[in-house]
Amino acid sequence: MTRRLDVLVCSGAACVSSHSAEVRDALRCEIEKSGLSDEIRVVETGCMGPCELGPVMLVYPDGAFYIHVKPEDAEEIVQEHFLKGRPVQRLLWEDPEARRIVESKKQIAFFEKQVKVVLKNCGRIDPESIEEYIAADGYEALGVVLTEMKPDEVIKVITDSGLRGRGGAGFPTGRKWQFVANATGETKYVVCNGDEGDPGAFMDRSLLEGDPHAVIEGMTIAAYAVGASRGYIYIRAEYPLAIKRLQIALSAAREAGLLGENIFETGFLFDIEVRMGAGAFVCGEETALIASIEGERGIARLRPPYPAVRGLFGMPTLINNVETWGNIRHIILNGAEWFRSIGTEGSPGTKVFALSGKVKNTGLVEIPMGMTLRELVFDIGGGVPNGKGFKAVQTGGPSGGCIPEEYLDTPIEYESLKELGAIMGSGGMIVMDKDNCMVNIAKFFLEFTSSESCGQCAPCRIGLHRMLDILERITNGNGTMPDIDRLKRLSKTIIDTSFCGLGKTAPNPVLSTLKYFENEYREHIEEKKCRAKVCTDLITYRIDEDACRACGICANNCPAGAITGKPGKPPYVIDEEACVRCGTCLEVCPFGAVKVESGVL
Amino acid sequence: MKLEDLRKIREQAAKDLSLRTGEARVKVIVGMGTSGIAAGARDVLAALVDEISKRDLRDVVVTQTGERGLSSSEPVVEVRQADGTVVVYGDMTAERARRVVAEHIVNGNPVSEYAIEVREG
Repeated sequence: MTRRLDVLVCSGAACVSSHSAEVRDALRCEIEKSGLSDEIRVVETGCMGPCELGPVMLVYPDGAFYIHVKPEDAEEIVQEHFLKGRPVQRLLWEDPEARRIVESKKQIAFFEKQVKVVLKNCGRIDPESIEEYIAADGYEALGVVLTEMKPDEVIKVITDSGLRGRGGAGFPTGRKWQFVANATGETKYVVCNGDEGDPGAFMDRSLLEGDPHAVIEGMTIAAYAVGASRGYIYIRAEYPLAIKRLQIALSAAREAGLLGENIFETGFLFDIEVRMGAGAFVCGEETALIASIEGERGIARLRPPYPAVRGLFGMPTLINNVETWGNIRHIILNGAEWFRSIGTEGSPGTKVFALSGKVKNTGLVEIPMGMTLRELVFDIGGGVPNGKGFKAVQTGGPSGGCIPEEYLDTPIEYESLKELGAIMGSGGMIVMDKDNCMVNIAKFFLEFTSSESCGQCAPCRIGLHRMLDILERITNGNGTMPDIDRLKRLSKTIIDTSFCGLGKTAPNPVLSTLKYFENEYREHIEEKKCRAKVCTDLITYRIDEDACRACGICANNCPAGAITGKPGKPPYVIDEEACVRCGTCLEVCPFGAVKVESGVL
Repeated sequence: MKLEDLRKIREQAAKDLSLRTGEARVKVIVGMGTSGIAAGARDVLAALVDEISKRDLRDVVVTQTGERGLSSSEPVVEVRQADGTVVVYGDMTAERARRVVAEHIVNGNPVSEYAIEVREG
């Protein structure tokens, strides 16, 4: 009998860690038991997006979207849905707004507002099957390029499309290609920057896991356009699944004659090697990445000469980010005009974001440029959970900035975000609510960048540490008003004098929080108050005499033995000296009698 | 591999992905409740899927549903067009199902002798 159902089980790293492989096995086992193996196929795909709801799976042709599936649900799903056609309601995605169960993926707002170009195949095809990639128009663009186009025609299409680097800086991709094409050298290299290091970012990982051939095809097209013969994909060793799927894809492409010598029997030669990075943030900087591939210590090199002129092993080198590579084949297939019809004049196309933090639907999303931050956070992200108010959204990771509520209607574009003191970045987007302390957030990013500083230049190595000292002082309650000016002055010096992008952008989180939330810095300094009640040195725990019923639960649970009292005789009392401000009493008190205060003298 | 070879592979492989587009001109829904299965709905379903695949009708999807309440007319098959027009057929057999595919789905003439309900879009 012919196949009538495709069951797509998400096998992105997030779903794998919530045991999607066991779900897949259980489903296959139940399908086998019911004698439906010929009619139903279970396919593993890349990331579908709503990672928080994993393991997720999608059943076609009806489009039923299951969430939080466990292996023990397999029998019910097979018996009820696959055999009798009754989707298992309790496992379907429920629309939080309408409080109704959604029967088809099409009706889910999270998916509805997205425009999938780069992620088109993610969650739709089996990333380990080159046949499925080919079925989804894979390698057609490469075939057309090699047999029907001249190298400069390829570069012209990319230039005309207006595609800009998705790594974050937004440099026009076509121009970069042209520089490398114009450069002379014995050999030329094409490199994929997959050194994704921003906290909370997983766009590159998901694309490499979900559609590895798209990156390979993009790189091969570029190699033909600029005249390169070797390629490297630089990827973090901490992404084992992405590496495995890439290796599978590379061998399949070689075997099919789509990589290696004589590609598409045109005589064109190009091959790709995977290089694993050890996880240094600075290796995302292109010259440090080049040093790392060469086997040197991963530190930045002086530019110019730019890699386009003298890069890897001293040869002209074209470096693009994973998502940029993912766009190439679509632009070749559909044309520059089509690409420009998506997004805005200055920022055409789509952008992938990893949505995380205080937002209902965390996960991977792709939107057309020009969509407002509000639409992304509230319509796709579903807004801030638990009724806590929205405070800010952080874009661009440790190099970016925080954007407050009054600018939520800003369209997402390279320039507009820059004007606000943030950056597009590679696509990390962290939502913050009223429980986030902005000084603490700035401190968090500074801790990250100062520990990731390679130490090569003094402004970054020493300057970031001094900034961190000041931020620690402020959050400890020992800050003084001149500290705010010191932070601003130090930031300027570090930006002006650092050797590479890491130092040049590291002060951004401090500057943007100072720009929009300077009052919080002032409160920490002048009133010793942390309004979000995050900075432990500035908060005190107190038991409300009237609300306390003297049950003793708080005292029993206090790890510091800081609470004393007699059962049945309220109130219990917290010894402020002994209290470690862990918040356990607040969590366990059944009567809400524990209060947290800040700035009360 | 040449570009023509790639295109040949794609044509073959594309059938594999056709289920996943989520777009369909016609949706055929087979009642697979207990009484439907008892009356032979599994054979009807198999015949439908087979006929549709033989004719390479890529814009037709076959799905199932539960009990409709019309136990006496089982197996029941519903044919739903994209414009919302619905024809429900009763007392289906594998053979009759193949006729529905040929006459209704391909040629656009509902098979009135088996139809038990018609709703305009």
